[in-house]
Amino acid sequence: MADYETHRHDVLVIGAGGAGLRAAIEASASGVSVGLVCKSLLGKAHTVMAEGGIAAALANVDDRDDWRVHFADTMRGGQYVNNWRMAELHAKEAPARVRELEAWGAVFDRTPDGRILQRNFGGHRYPRLAHVGDRTGLEMIRTLQDRGVHQGIDVHMECTVTRLLVDDGRVVGAFGFDRPRGRFKVFEARAVVLATGGIGRAYKITSNSWEYTGDGHALAYAAGADLMDMEFVQFHPTGMIWPPSVQGILVTESVRGEGGILTNKDGRRFMFEDIPEAYKGQTADNEEEGWRYTQGDKAARRPPELLTRDHVSRCIVREIKEGRGSPHGGVYLDISWIKKRLPNAEEHIKRKLPSMYHQFKQLADIDITREPMEVGPTTHYVMGGVRVDAETQMSTVPGLFAAGECAAGINGANRLGGNSLSDLLVFGRRAGEHAARFARESGPGRIDPARVDVAARQAVEPFERGDGHADGPYRVQRDLQEMMQDLVGIVRTESEMRRALEGLQGLWERSRRVPVDGNREYNPGWHTALDLPNLLTASEAVTRSALERKESRGAHFREDFPDKDPASAKFNVVVRKAADGVMRVERVPIPEMPPELRQVIEEMK
Amino acid sequence: MPASATFRIRRGDAQGGRFVDYTTEVAEGMVVLDAVHRIQAEKAPDLAVRWNCKAGKCGSCSAEVNGVPKLMCMSRLSDLPLEKPIVLEPMKAFPLLKDLVTDVSWNFAVKKKVKPFKPRPPDAPDGTWRMAQSDVDRVQEFRKCIECFLCQDVCHVLRDHRLYEGFIGPRFLVHVAALEMHPLDVEDRLPSLRDAHGIGYCNITKCCTKVCPEGITITDNAIIPLKER
Repeated sequence: MADYETHRHDVLVIGAGGAGLRAAIEASASGVSVGLVCKSLLGKAHTVMAEGGIAAALANVDDRDDWRVHFADTMRGGQYVNNWRMAELHAKEAPARVRELEAWGAVFDRTPDGRILQRNFGGHRYPRLAHVGDRTGLEMIRTLQDRGVHQGIDVHMECTVTRLLVDDGRVVGAFGFDRPRGRFKVFEARAVVLATGGIGRAYKITSNSWEYTGDGHALAYAAGADLMDMEFVQFHPTGMIWPPSVQGILVTESVRGEGGILTNKDGRRFMFEDIPEAYKGQTADNEEEGWRYTQGDKAARRPPELLTRDHVSRCIVREIKEGRGSPHGGVYLDISWIKKRLPNAEEHIKRKLPSMYHQFKQLADIDITREPMEVGPTTHYVMGGVRVDAETQMSTVPGLFAAGECAAGINGANRLGGNSLSDLLVFGRRAGEHAARFARESGPGRIDPARVDVAARQAVEPFERGDGHADGPYRVQRDLQEMMQDLVGIVRTESEMRRALEGLQGLWERSRRVPVDGNREYNPGWHTALDLPNLLTASEAVTRSALERKESRGAHFREDFPDKDPASAKFNVVVRKAADGVMRVERVPIPEMPPELRQVIEEMK
Repeated sequence: MPASATFRIRRGDAQGGRFVDYTTEVAEGMVVLDAVHRIQAEKAPDLAVRWNCKAGKCGSCSAEVNGVPKLMCMSRLSDLPLEKPIVLEPMKAFPLLKDLVTDVSWNFAVKKKVKPFKPRPPDAPDGTWRMAQSDVDRVQEFRKCIECFLCQDVCHVLRDHRLYEGFIGPRFLVHVAALEMHPLDVEDRLPSLRDAHGIGYCNITKCCTKVCPEGITITDNAIIPLKER
């Protein structure tokens, strides 16, 4: 029998970024007991890195904005394979979620008349992002964290969950260990909310930290839940590329929202050269108009730098591939040029983009008020995740809910910047509410001690591997990241993805042999070894789903099928674990959109 | 920059430990955390270190680099004397867990003791408030805090005198200041500042301000105005 501590909660939330915290707050406010588990310290989750802002049609800066415009923008950005009901709920509820943050103490930047200021961002028709300089995520996570701890949520910091416990088809708890001591924990819960974020660590160049190893995706998959839209991985157009040690670190889209431009080595603003048909009507065709838009001229259309992330990333890749890149293999992002247009440009940049100024100055010796940055695409976000019900966020497994990046639906084939923070709030709250209701309406689950024993044995098994010649966990992780970057990256093709599938077979085998040194106390080698199966599950889901979608749409670009295929707009790709343990791929039809929503989209074209 | 450098890292836990020298390749642009990761991947897979964002935004990788409390992700190797071993130690004000990782849970417990935000009734019928940018600038400075706890680490009231029971430390004085100077907040935290929070222990040596990676003027803008209330 394994030795473990037992914790009982009505609702267990796994992950303490924006979605997990918001879910925990909602569940706790409704009167149930809540446990919140996170791999890092509280307040360090990736939400803290979000820079640009929270998208919500508050209409504080442009009164033409409302939920219908936000909904249409989100669907257009997602290339119409989004879950339209989630996109609708999101657009309708985001303003209330932002105001609620203010009521809880968040301090957003202000308009001249004292309301919450909103800024321009890619794919959003009007200035829509509530923000705090370029550290909006910090403001949001700290506000939620402070609210949560005063509400009596039990927080289990630095704790990894390795398995969901299932009884008779229903999720009844989770097994994990505390990272500092390596002691086992069993969480008994009547409902579990996954809010574990993304899978960015499956790629070599990423803005994600060590935590984003697809844990929630893999836990849900192992418990029998469906994963959907996994072919859609967002490569953010602007990551740092030099020096090598900072490769992948995010450069916020707000740089472009504030007037920053992309140029190639010849100084050309290449984004003007390729404006997609769906965006022609709302994109400026000259520099003058683009500049006026960034300065709040309501008659102007937005500059092409603010097209959606999938498109901007591909344009950058094209410039680099065709030999017009910058010295270190990227392109230039220039905000310093605005000094030609604005008095006090230097102060303006430092006030609007303080952490970018700081980041480049300290890490790259670049003063962004005086010189351009070098940037290139970086793996940033996965649109795919656990398939959930739009209203309740419950997965296909009873008692298991998911919210935020690890859930699928709202973003379709491509997420608009700023829609992530609002997604966390809107669907975090919904997941918390419905998980609490499920917990109240369900009896306690039964935890099978035999399954706990299996989970405990699997967790420590890496210490017993005797093969001193096998590669260590860091090496296997690096090889996976390089392979996914090369073969299932921004530009994809059948033959390369087939090779990736074979490569994954080999990596699975190697992952089962990686030896681990030392003991169970705060041992990153052990932790990395346990992350590998999650990363491999997520990578396999991405690869198999990407093979299934034989067209190019949003973030998924196939060289062998470069065009959009109208027939492929009618389904989502779903993977699930079959009875024989093999990953099965299925096309699931997208439900018909109700006429009133279709009309909104038509009107906004 | 030389091709390699030596890092003298404190290994071990609260029961005991020693310094171990690791020599590893270094290159232009690297920060201390990069070197620690390289050592972890090549030589010491169980070397314990906390980190997340690697861009100075999350405040996880706090440690002492050649005796100075710093974020390892923002400490450029080119700013260090690489001809000698670079000494890396965990923060001293908190109990050691292992290697470069300390138990900072005391900080989270302290925050629970500070009375939470309590807003005045909304200004507008739609339940929202009006605040001028000039009124929020001051609070926004304090809200930049990334909770790296370097200010707590360097504060001699905690580090040397170990007054964890009677003093909340610079981080939470900044937190109190952010709440007290929040234009909407109506809670009164002044009595607890003097008693439970122990603001009187601070004798304004400004060590905290010097180590703040966010450049928050902790002593002048947060602590002194609170003392004067």
